[in-house]
Amino acid sequence: MRRALRYLICFALLGAVLAVLLVWNISAGSVYFAPGEILSALLSPPDGGIIWGIRLPRVLAAAILGGALSVSGFLLQTFFANPIAGPFVLGISSGAKLTVSLCMVLLLSRGVVISSMALILAAFAGSMLSMGFILLLSRRVRQMSMLVVSGVMIGYICSAVTDFVVTFADDSNIVNLHNWSLGSFSGTSWENVGLMALVVGAGLALSFLLSKPIGAYQMGEVYAQNMGVNIRRFRVELILLSSVLSACVTAFAGPISFVGIAVPHLVKGLFRTARPVLIIPACFLGGAAFCLGCDLIARTAFAPRDMSISSVTAVFGAPVVLCLMASRRGGRGGNP
Amino acid sequence: MSGIKLRTENLAVGYSGRALIGDIALSLHQGQIMTLIGPNGAGKSTILKSVIRQLALVGGAVYLNGRDMAPMPEREVARRLSVLMTGHIHPELMTCFDVAATGRYPYTGRLGILSREDREKVSQCLELVHASGLAEQDFSRISDGQRQRVLLARALCQEPEVLVLDEPTSFLDIRHKLELLAILKDMVRLRQLAVLMSLHELDLAQKVSDWVVCVRGDRIDRQGPPEEIFSAEYIMELYGGTRGSYSALFGSLELERAAGEPEVFVIGGGGAGIPVYRRLQRQGVPFAAGVLPENDVDFPVAAALAARVVAERPFQSVGEDAFRQARAVMDRCRRVVCPLERFGPVNEKNRLLRDLARQAGKLEE
Repeated sequence: MRRALRYLICFALLGAVLAVLLVWNISAGSVYFAPGEILSALLSPPDGGIIWGIRLPRVLAAAILGGALSVSGFLLQTFFANPIAGPFVLGISSGAKLTVSLCMVLLLSRGVVISSMALILAAFAGSMLSMGFILLLSRRVRQMSMLVVSGVMIGYICSAVTDFVVTFADDSNIVNLHNWSLGSFSGTSWENVGLMALVVGAGLALSFLLSKPIGAYQMGEVYAQNMGVNIRRFRVELILLSSVLSACVTAFAGPISFVGIAVPHLVKGLFRTARPVLIIPACFLGGAAFCLGCDLIARTAFAPRDMSISSVTAVFGAPVVLCLMASRRGGRGGNP
Repeated sequence: MSGIKLRTENLAVGYSGRALIGDIALSLHQGQIMTLIGPNGAGKSTILKSVIRQLALVGGAVYLNGRDMAPMPEREVARRLSVLMTGHIHPELMTCFDVAATGRYPYTGRLGILSREDREKVSQCLELVHASGLAEQDFSRISDGQRQRVLLARALCQEPEVLVLDEPTSFLDIRHKLELLAILKDMVRLRQLAVLMSLHELDLAQKVSDWVVCVRGDRIDRQGPPEEIFSAEYIMELYGGTRGSYSALFGSLELERAAGEPEVFVIGGGGAGIPVYRRLQRQGVPFAAGVLPENDVDFPVAAALAARVVAERPFQSVGEDAFRQARAVMDRCRRVVCPLERFGPVNEKNRLLRDLARQAGKLEE
């Protein structure tokens, strides 16, 4: 019972932080809105004003995509039994970045307009490409640190190719592409928000439904199988879900670093458990709050200039990762 | 013996389609402990992993309760068979209760939330392995022995009919080895479980098993009740051991004897000789032991370690013949040790030997 109370309080806390950040994000900026103004604007029908037209979609995008990133990170950490696995360090975001920029450069230069859905698909293809490499490597390297190093290498290769591609892009595209490839929530349209809500919502729901086998998998493959998990199917499901989630983020906001590692870790520490049935929804809330906070800083710290979201998430996320690595001497799945 | 719980037929096991061991025919009955023994790398784990479907079978079939396991759904297998495997697991932020509770997996609903009944069963299983006190402790902060018990509780939470254990006692100290096997024995008696396991410790295997299977590289060499399997010659042959010996009676191992003409004569008996035999063996000094009745507790150790043993038939007083032999051997030795302090009608001749040695100035006091 004491545990149940703790979980309730934690969820309430996450919800409250998220709500405060949502309001703060809408109100802060070059034009300030008081909470009362926000409320009245939200109650009135949508218009093309700053709140409905610019702030609200951006805020929602940050929340949805931040949540998706953390859940994706949590799934990958479970899959690799490795606390510092995540879509960014494993090079999965960079793979998505590569295919998306390829798509953009090739199609935009021919005057073809790319739909958001096509971008998601391109990002998904790139994610799966990187994931495929990582899976191949993970059979050979069992040590967690080596796996992460391989991921970082894959990330570098993908980034290098992306830069190469960008060099050949039209001048008019480069600015957009460059901003996007650094990671940013700016310029999100309502159409985008709708689509990302759909994809992330589905991914989140499916992940939540997988929380029972995920919990079993935390005990290791042998025990999970003996408990009645169809390991082969489960592994495929886990890979697909985490790739879809992180691909969706990359398609809309570019690669965003460290959220996928830092948030699950912080959330597990807060709840003092790793039970997926609690941690998956908590990760979503926590990731949403984390990205809202970071986006707030990215937008306002050096206003009117936008910083890239990745630089902010790295500042707050990377120290968490360093602490994680320092606190685990041996490492899991590796040789002690 | 009642129903057969687990049976293998023409089973061939191995890796990537290549059979390492073929033609495996095992029948495990309810309430029985079947133990696989054999040298390292002989394939004990391979057999166990194949039986629990972690490895694909190379050939043949495994039957659980008379039904072919291959097409059975995971959940159905999980409700009948549970495992305790080697290798550490590192679950994050889980209490021992949480770890044991994962055994309820095949019984809980879509999201795996425990009912009150599930919780009670987990508590009972922890109680059975004497780990109730650990329930709220962090699983990563308990000792190896406690961990194995909690994992055994986890396996029991699955309410299995068959339990498969891969070297459950490795990493444990002797106290925890005995504890774990005692709990296992209780489980088998109380719940009529069928247990299939591999063990490294021959002495424990001999004592705990109802049926012993000897795995030897490419085949099942022999199987049978422990009294048939555990003979000194066969065990040494199975393990390909040449430098030492195995005592079937005590299930203990002795190192190789120091070869050569005996230099020291040890007058022992009733357990007094054993420490001296061991010391001389360590120092590499060939020695003779005498006079020991064949039913003396010193006798098997002397037979394993001494260059020469002068023995008397069981339940007989040391006779004239043995005495003369012993005296002859003793005369050729440079030193005599007599750890024996108590003499009676049966070993009166040993006192005589000691006195002779003392007169000759060979006795080390």
